[in-house]
Amino acid sequence: MSIESTPKQSWWNRMAHPGQFVAWTTPLLWPLAILTLCLFILGLWFALFNSPEDYQMGDTVRIMYVHVPSAWLSQFIYVAMSASALGTLVWRHPLADVSMKAAAPLGALFTTLALYTGALWGRPTWGTFWEWDGRMTSTLVLLFIYLGIIALWRAFDDQLRAARIVAIFTLVGALNIPIIKFSVDWWSTLHQPASVFRPDGPTMPLSLLTPLFIMLFAFTFLFITLYLKAIHTEVKRRRVTTLQRRAAQKEAS
Amino acid sequence: MSAFLALLGRELKLARRGSGNVLTLVLFFVITGAIVPFAVGPDQLLLARIAPGMVWVAAFLAMLLGLDRLFGEDQDDGTLLLLRQADLPLGAIMAAKLLAHWLISALPLILASPVLAVLLAMDLASFWRMLASLLLGTPALAAFGTVGAAVTVAIRRGGLIAPILIAPLCVPVLIFGVGGITATHSGSALLFLAALSLMAVTLSPFAAALAIRSAED
Repeated sequence: MSIESTPKQSWWNRMAHPGQFVAWTTPLLWPLAILTLCLFILGLWFALFNSPEDYQMGDTVRIMYVHVPSAWLSQFIYVAMSASALGTLVWRHPLADVSMKAAAPLGALFTTLALYTGALWGRPTWGTFWEWDGRMTSTLVLLFIYLGIIALWRAFDDQLRAARIVAIFTLVGALNIPIIKFSVDWWSTLHQPASVFRPDGPTMPLSLLTPLFIMLFAFTFLFITLYLKAIHTEVKRRRVTTLQRRAAQKEAS
Repeated sequence: MSAFLALLGRELKLARRGSGNVLTLVLFFVITGAIVPFAVGPDQLLLARIAPGMVWVAAFLAMLLGLDRLFGEDQDDGTLLLLRQADLPLGAIMAAKLLAHWLISALPLILASPVLAVLLAMDLASFWRMLASLLLGTPALAAFGTVGAAVTVAIRRGGLIAPILIAPLCVPVLIFGVGGITATHSGSALLFLAALSLMAVTLSPFAAALAIRSAED
């Protein structure tokens, strides 16, 4: 039965066919990449040339425009991964497996970037690369969780079985992350408190906020582009594995 | 209930027959703690200051070591397959496993902890607090361990994966556990620790059951 002759289904069900998803989203890749590039050019121009220095931190404040978006993504990607894990466990959606697997390395990447830029920023302003402060510690623990999830994926030969197990662990981790965050805050605090999203309005002037928001969007779109590409690659990789297995079977028989 | 008790009895009997394992675990716990003075010097004041942390690290490592025994043998000899088909819900089976794991690999450590308290120059007041914090905190470690072991049961060479997976999850237990021993904020830390243990022990059997069930599909 070909795809044309199957009865009309909702887009949700049709997306369950990974090939369909790839076919639909491939045309999106280039526009997304170009949009990301434009946002980056605009954001970097604002961040590097058209925004004032901080009166205390001087030029180092510009690290913020990379640091804050990566820190935001490090948590956002875990949310995306948990949503995919729910998709795997509740609906057994085949695409959710793939999306969950594609998100983990990206999450680890952006978490590393957040930690790295944070260390570079901490050296001139706090006088140390690393401090066991609450937020930094919880980000480090988050990185360990990402790496653990990647290790778990790699430990399985059968990726279909791995998906459900990794999904369970991802959700256990999602339950734990708020607890970890709370506990390390209780344990030690040096990092400045949240200064953008607050009930009484942001404490930063608009001249710093504009580039920050553009960079937030740029990084988010960068993630979406990389994410789509990673999903496509994973679908193709699985197809190759299946074809190889089939070829080996034919050879054996 | 009788099936639950029978399963618990089986686990304990297995542990008693091969009691070398339990003894090794306790020995590991004591030796890990006793090695600290060699590394940092025999200064009594310093030792007393870092003793709570060292006891918790030793307990944490010892409990990680006992993990592969949790489901490993059952998976090898097919018991796990039988358990999955038992009348008892898999969640209850996991709860029995969790309880047995705590009795076998946490309780002996708590019983051996006075040795470490003496070796690490703890005073009596902190010793009692340590006992309370170990009693309240180890159930959470056992619960996370059960999930970790269940998640890795299908991996043939998964020996090191489970500790890597659950170590980040155990961070709050260590924080509140050590916080409960040091004198300031001791009470609130112990309450958080108890809450954490209650939550982990309640939820983890279901997560473990789900993992075991999907490992064999």
